[in-house]
Amino acid sequence: MTYLAITVLGHDRPGIIAQAAEALSECGMNLEDSSMTLLRGQFAMTLICAGEAGTDEIERALSPLLDDGTLTVSVREVPDESAHPALGNPYLITVHGADRLGIVARLAGVVAEAGGNITDLTTRLAGDLYVLAAEVDLPADVDVETLSGQIAEVAGSLGVDASLRPVERDEL
Amino acid sequence: MDLKVALPEGRVLEVVRAPAPVLSQAGPVVDPAAPEVLQLCADLVATMRVSPGCVGLAAPQLGVAAQAFCVDVTEHPKARSKHGLIVLVNAVVMDASRNEKAREGCMSVPDLTGDVKRATRVTVRGQLPGTGETVEISADAFEARALQHEIDHCTGLLFLDRVAGAHAIHTRKVYLGSPDHG
Ligand SMILES: [Zn+2]
Repeated sequence: MTYLAITVLGHDRPGIIAQAAEALSECGMNLEDSSMTLLRGQFAMTLICAGEAGTDEIERALSPLLDDGTLTVSVREVPDESAHPALGNPYLITVHGADRLGIVARLAGVVAEAGGNITDLTTRLAGDLYVLAAEVDLPADVDVETLSGQIAEVAGSLGVDASLRPVERDEL
Repeated sequence: MDLKVALPEGRVLEVVRAPAPVLSQAGPVVDPAAPEVLQLCADLVATMRVSPGCVGLAAPQLGVAAQAFCVDVTEHPKARSKHGLIVLVNAVVMDASRNEKAREGCMSVPDLTGDVKRATRVTVRGQLPGTGETVEISADAFEARALQHEIDHCTGLLFLDRVAGAHAIHTRKVYLGSPDHG
């Protein structure tokens, strides 16, 4: 079994996903996890698929996507890490405020220094408003209050609002 | 209001996991006095009781397409209204208001969680197994969410059918040492 990581980026138009998924399906590649969104209007898709086809075959199969010159595609083999264990407890960091250079770099730096791992990240710039939401796994031994204070400090120095709170989950 | 029901000895059964077809099937109305319905209700309670952190279970999760479920949020920190053990058949949501979004997990979908908007105040009408007495329960907060989740199961819906958006489904990781692990 081969696992391939594929990215498709560029000018959005209807039918990109249909075309890519069809090509993968014809090669017997099963589309497993995928994430697609529009980033400032640009089509951005990342996916992991599994099957017997190799990188070259998939690159060829996806090459029609490149025809109009507005998309880039990358295909790379990756190891199977679906059983990748999580590190600790899930937290959510949210930030909003005026756009400032380096918000992500400074906050992610604080998180990394604490040993936290960002598992999901969305940032959006809407007019002058910058918004960030990040899910972070924190090791069990992290002092959450201290980290929360550091995040508040960074946010304060950038003039934005930030919060760190546990991700709650209702088990039913 | 007395919600007490007399049930036979329950069996602990295996909880069915998606994509089992029974989870997507609307369960039929059942006869509250039928012995097999009483046994089903007893099995639901017994299986819920042995599952750590489990606050509710519906018939399709034991492989039976039927409108029967149990809920008990007594021990849950997020519960406000607490009716103790609720076992109902043929239940419907009569009234629902004040939606709130929260992340839900389900024993039948153990690897995923999803952000689902649900009413925080509901009135549920159903029948007690055994007597068949019709009861109305008004619940809020966590108990309201649990009732809606279980009634959804009885109609063949999973939380996956109600997620709030394309990025509202999350992979659950195993958090060793986390208090709500399980
Ligand atoms: Zn469930």
